[in-house]
Amino acid sequence: MFATKFDYQKASSVSEAIQLLASNPGAKIIAGGHSLLPMMKLRLTSILMLIDIGGIEEMRGISVANGILRIGALTTHAEIADSHDVKDNAGILWETAYGIGDPQVRNRGTIGGNISHADPASDLPTVLKVMDAKFTIQGTGGIMRGGSRTVSADDFFLGPFETALGENEILTTIEMPVLAANQHAEYAKMAHPATSFAVVGAGIVVTVENNICTAARVAVGGFTPIPTRGPSVEQALVGKELNEENIVAATSLIHNDLGSDVFGDVFASAEYRQAMAAIELKHAIYHATGFAHHN
Amino acid sequence: MTTRIFGSGIRRREDPRLITGGATYTDDVQLPGMLYAAILRSPHAHAKINSVDTSAAAAAPGVVAIYTGADTDGVLNPIPCAWVPPGADLVAVAHPSIAKDVARYQGDAVAVVVAEDRYQAEDALELINVDYSPLPAVTNPEAAMQPGAPQLHEDAPNNQAFHWVAEGGDTDVAFEAADVIVKDKIIQQRLIPNAMEPRSAVASWTRATGELTLWSTSQNPHICRFLASLVTGIGEHKIRVIATEVGGGFGSKIPMYADEMIASFCSMQLGLPVKWTATRSEGFLSTIHGRDHVEYVEMAATREGKITAIRTKIYAGMGAYLSTAGPGVPTILHGLIYSGAYDIGATKADVYGVFSNTTPVDAYRGAGRPEATFLVERLVDLLAVELGIDPVELRRKNLIPKFEDGHDVASGITYDSGDYEPLLNMVLGQADYQALRQEQTRLQESGHYMGIGVTCYAEICGLGPSQVAGAVGFGGGLWESAIVRFHPTGKVNVYSGISPHGQGEETTFAQIISDELGVDVDDVSIVHGDTSNTPMGWGTYGSRTTAVGAAAMVLAARKIKEKARLLAAHLLEAAEADVEYVDGHFTVKGSPDQTKSIQELATMANVAWNLPEGMEPGLEASAFYDPPNFVYPFGTHLAVVDVDADNGHIVIRRYIAGDDCGPQINPMIVEGQVHGGVVQGIGQALWEGAVYNDDGQLITGSMVDYALPRAHLLPNMEVLSTETPSPHNPLGVKGIGETGAIASTVTVYNAVIDALRPLGITSLEMPLTPEKVWRAIRQQQGS
Amino acid sequence: MNIQLTVNGKVQEKDVDPRLLLVHFIRDDLGLTGTKIGCDTSQCGACVVSMDGKTVKSCTCLAVQANGSEITTIEGVSNNGELDPVQEAFWNNHGLQCGYCTSGMIITTMELLKKNANPSDDEIRDGLKGNICRCTGYQNIVKSIQAAAEVMRS
Repeated sequence: MFATKFDYQKASSVSEAIQLLASNPGAKIIAGGHSLLPMMKLRLTSILMLIDIGGIEEMRGISVANGILRIGALTTHAEIADSHDVKDNAGILWETAYGIGDPQVRNRGTIGGNISHADPASDLPTVLKVMDAKFTIQGTGGIMRGGSRTVSADDFFLGPFETALGENEILTTIEMPVLAANQHAEYAKMAHPATSFAVVGAGIVVTVENNICTAARVAVGGFTPIPTRGPSVEQALVGKELNEENIVAATSLIHNDLGSDVFGDVFASAEYRQAMAAIELKHAIYHATGFAHHN
Repeated sequence: MTTRIFGSGIRRREDPRLITGGATYTDDVQLPGMLYAAILRSPHAHAKINSVDTSAAAAAPGVVAIYTGADTDGVLNPIPCAWVPPGADLVAVAHPSIAKDVARYQGDAVAVVVAEDRYQAEDALELINVDYSPLPAVTNPEAAMQPGAPQLHEDAPNNQAFHWVAEGGDTDVAFEAADVIVKDKIIQQRLIPNAMEPRSAVASWTRATGELTLWSTSQNPHICRFLASLVTGIGEHKIRVIATEVGGGFGSKIPMYADEMIASFCSMQLGLPVKWTATRSEGFLSTIHGRDHVEYVEMAATREGKITAIRTKIYAGMGAYLSTAGPGVPTILHGLIYSGAYDIGATKADVYGVFSNTTPVDAYRGAGRPEATFLVERLVDLLAVELGIDPVELRRKNLIPKFEDGHDVASGITYDSGDYEPLLNMVLGQADYQALRQEQTRLQESGHYMGIGVTCYAEICGLGPSQVAGAVGFGGGLWESAIVRFHPTGKVNVYSGISPHGQGEETTFAQIISDELGVDVDDVSIVHGDTSNTPMGWGTYGSRTTAVGAAAMVLAARKIKEKARLLAAHLLEAAEADVEYVDGHFTVKGSPDQTKSIQELATMANVAWNLPEGMEPGLEASAFYDPPNFVYPFGTHLAVVDVDADNGHIVIRRYIAGDDCGPQINPMIVEGQVHGGVVQGIGQALWEGAVYNDDGQLITGSMVDYALPRAHLLPNMEVLSTETPSPHNPLGVKGIGETGAIASTVTVYNAVIDALRPLGITSLEMPLTPEKVWRAIRQQQGS
Repeated sequence: MNIQLTVNGKVQEKDVDPRLLLVHFIRDDLGLTGTKIGCDTSQCGACVVSMDGKTVKSCTCLAVQANGSEITTIEGVSNNGELDPVQEAFWNNHGLQCGYCTSGMIITTMELLKKNANPSDDEIRDGLKGNICRCTGYQNIVKSIQAAAEVMRS
C-alpha cells in the first residue's frame, strides 16, 4: 500500500516528456495512474522516476474528420463513454469504455495509458484491433524532426505488458476509421466478478450487404498474451448469411486461431476460456446483427 | 410520550456522524508522538526460522525500533484460545505473538518495525533479512490428518486439534432401520470475512501509571481487555480498551490477535503511542478465515419421507493455531442443530478439528450454523429427489409443529418457540411456487434451465446461558450488564457492556429504554465500546446483542421504575401500593391529578432533598442478565435462478427471505440485517472462496482475486416475516444478524442444482463459478 | 515537492513526498479522516473523493497528481451543517450500517445523479461497481439513491 521512493516530474508538453524520458533512465510515464499505481503500491514494481503527462492538453480530445475518429491518448474512458462522436462513429468503443472497471477507474484511466500498459485482461486492445486502429507514437526526434511514427493495433501489442513502444517513446493519438452504415461492431465479454476485467473478451466488426457478411474482423482477448485475431472465423463468416447456424459454425472455429499460450487462473481455466471464446464471439455477433435488424 | 416506539422503523441516530465523516474509527485516532508499526510476515506457509537479521532495517530512515520473536518471547504470553469444548482432547498449542523458531502459515508474524511514519516502516520491512528453511505444507483439513502429512505442532500428532462427538438418539439404529439413505460429500470452502474496515490498533502505554489504553477494532472490547490482560500480564484494572466505532466484523473482530498485542508490546517498550493498521492484503493473510470443512454427511428416512436421522463426519480446518473461539464453531455452534426445522429422532456429529498451514479459522457470520443448515437442507433436497417427492412437501411433512414454550431436539437442546409452517406458506405464496414450477417445466422444454431452491431453517443464537457456556467449554460468561442512569434534568444515559459495530443498537436500545421509562427517545443516549465507562459485557456476536444486552437494560430500567414509584408515593404522600406507573408517570390510583412524571422524580432523586427514609440518592440502576436459554429464530428462504448452459452463468432472478426473529424493535434495521446476511451467504454460494496452492500460498490474497458480492451482480430481495416471541427474555426478541447468511447459501445452491437436475447433475463444489457449472454440464452431455 | 490544492473550499499548501497517496494526504496531513481506506488494489471505493467534479479513488492517485485541483471530501458535502439530499436519503433509507463504505458511496452517488437524474435500479447498481459494501447487501443503498434522485428532481 506504500510505494517505494521515486522522483516526480510533471511534463507540460509531449516534447518535454520525451526529453525527460531520454535523460532519466528507468523513468516511467504516468497518466491517470490506474495501471501503474496499484502495482507500485503493492511493490510489485519500483520505479526511480515518474513523469506525469496528465496535464498535457495537446494529448486530449476526440474529433472526427475525413472518416477518421481521432482520440488523444490522455482522453479518459469516461470521456469516451460520454462522447457522441464516439457513440455515433464507433459504438463498439463507446460501449466498451463504459464497461471498463468502474466509474472512478473510468474517470482517471486513459485510453493511452491502458493501451501502453498492455494488460492482457484489458478490453481496449481487443476492440482497437478489430477496429483496425492506428497509434501515433512520438519519440526523441520530436514531431517536427520526424520523430513520429504510426503503428497499427495489429503490430502494437507484442506480449503481456509489452508493446512496440520504444524506451523513450510516448503514445499520443489513437485513430480508427469510422464505422460505415453497413458495418456492425460489438464487444462481448465475460467479466471477472471482482474486477470487471475480461476473463474472455470478443470483438467483431462485420460488414453486411443484403443480409450477407462481406467482410469481418474478429479478435478475442483477456486470456491470450495479446488480443488474437480470428482469421478462421473471419473466413467462415464472409460470404455467408448471418443466421444462427452460420454464426455458431463460424465462431466455433476460433480454437484454430488460438495458439498454445492461453491463460487460466483460479477463477477460469485456460480450457474454459478457450471454449468461452466461441461463446462470446457468438454473443457479439448476435448483438451486432440484432442491432442491424432493428435498424 | 404515549406512543410506543418499539416496532417503529425510526432512522438511526448513529448515521449523522457516519454520513458526514465525523465518526472516529481506530485508524482515525491520532495521538501526539505516535509511531507506526508494520509487521513482517512469513512468505512461507511452513518454514523453520534460522535467523532474523534486522541490522540494515534498524539503520533505515525513521526507524525507531525493531522487535522479533526473541524480544517478545517470555514477555508476551501466548495468544490464548478461549473455547475448549469438553471431552474433545483438545490440544492447546502455544501461539506466540511473533514466531520465533517456526512460521506455520503465510502471514505468521516474524518481526515488527516501529518508525516515524507508515512509509518508513514499510521501507524498513524490506531490509529485514530472514533466513528460512521452507518445510512442506498442508492446507486441506482432511489431507492434514492423513499419514505422512506435514506436521505443524509436536504436541498435536496427525495435526488433530480435537475430536468431538455429539450424538442424540441412536443414529446407528436409525440408519440400520432406514428405508432410504442419502449421502453427500460437502466442501464448505474457506471464506475470508473482509469487513470493510481493516483491523487496526492504537496502543498507548503510560509508564508513570502502568496503564495501557488500546483502541482496537473489536466486536467485544471487554473480552479484548480480558485477553489482553492475559497476554501482557497487565491487570484488567489498568487496561482500557476503546472500540466505539467499528467498521463491520462478521465474527472476524471477535478474536484476540497477535497484531494488537504486538502493537501493545511496542508501546510498552518505547513508552510512546504506536499505531498498527492492516493493509487489505495483510488482512487477507492475518485476519481469521471462516468455514473450511470437508464433510461426509448422510440422512436416513422412511419410504414415506419421514426423516429419521442425520449423521456426519467433519474435518474442520482450524488453521495453524487455535483462534479465540475457533474450536467452538464446528462443534457447539454446529453439531447441536442438525435437526434444523425438522422433527428428527437422532443426530450425530463427529467432528475433527485439524491444524493446517493456513490462517486461523474462527467465527464468520453464522459460525457453524450455515454449515449445519447447508448439510441438512442439502440432504433434504437429495432425499426429495430420491423419493420423488416435491422438496417443499417433504419439508412440510417433517417440520416441527407449532410450540410456544420449548421443544426438545435430538441433540439435547431445547428450542424456545416456533411456528414454522405459516412462514413457509407465506414465502410460497409470495413466490407463487406452483406457477414457478410450471414455468420451470415450460422453460426446460425449450432448453432453458431455471431452478427453485426452498429451504427451512431453525438456528440457535442469542448466546447464551453462562452455565451452558461453562459446560461447553467457553472461557467466559455469556451474560450482559447495563447501567441506566437518570440525570437531574430527566435525561437518560445507558451504559452498555455490549457494543455494536454497525448493527444500529444505539438506536434500538434507545427505543427500548424510551418505551420502558416513558421518556422521549431523544432523551436517551447509549454509551458503549469503552471499557473505562461501561460495565462488563461479553460482546456482539452470535446474534445476542438485543436478546441478551437489551434484556439487561430492560431489567435495569425496571429497577429504576420501582425506585421512582416508591419516591413518587413518598412525595405524593400516598401508600406505595396505591401508586402505579403509566406512560412515564406515577399516579395515585383514582386521583389522576396526583401524579409525578419520571423526569420530576429524576430531579428529586438527584437533588435528594426529600427522600423516603433509607432511600439512596440518585436514580440509576445496574442489572445483569443471564439468559435461561438460547433463542431460536427460524424461517423459509426461496431463490429462483437461471443457469445459462452455454457458459455456466448463474443469475439470481428472485430471492425471498422469510424470517421470524420475534418482535421487531426496528423493522427497518431488521430488514437491513436480512439483506446483508443474505448477500454474504450468496457470496459463499457464487463467488467467494479462499484458494491455497500446494505450497500453502494464498492465491486469492486480494480483492482482485477474491470476489466479494457487488451491487451489479445482485437482485433486489423480498423480505417477509412473522413474529413468534421467545418466552425466555423480557422482550421476547430473538436474533436476526446471522439468519440471512445461515439460509441463503444453501437456498441458492439448491436452486442451482434444481436447475441442473434435468441434466443429471446432483452436486457441485462452491463457489459455483461459471466454469464449474459449465464443466458439470459438459461432463453430463458427454456421458 | 510543494503542492497547492483546494480541499472543501480551503486552499492547502504542503510539501509532500511524491509517493504520498492522496488519501494519506487527506487523512494524515489534513486530518480529514472521513475518507477511508478499505483496500490496496483500487477495488473497494471507501476512499472515493471528488476531484475537479469527478469521483476518483484517492488511494490510486498521488497527492502530487492532485496539485492544483479542487477536492471535495465527505466533510465538505454538507453545507454549514445542512445535509446534502444524498446524505439525508442514506439516513432516511438505512443506506448504511457500519458506515465505513459510506463516505465513498455518498460521493459516488453525487456524481452518479449529476450524470443521470433519473436512473433505473440497474443503472444505479452499475454505478456502484467501484464501491464495496459488506453490510447492507446494497439494497438500501439503491433505495437511498432512488430517494435522493427523487428529491433532487423535484
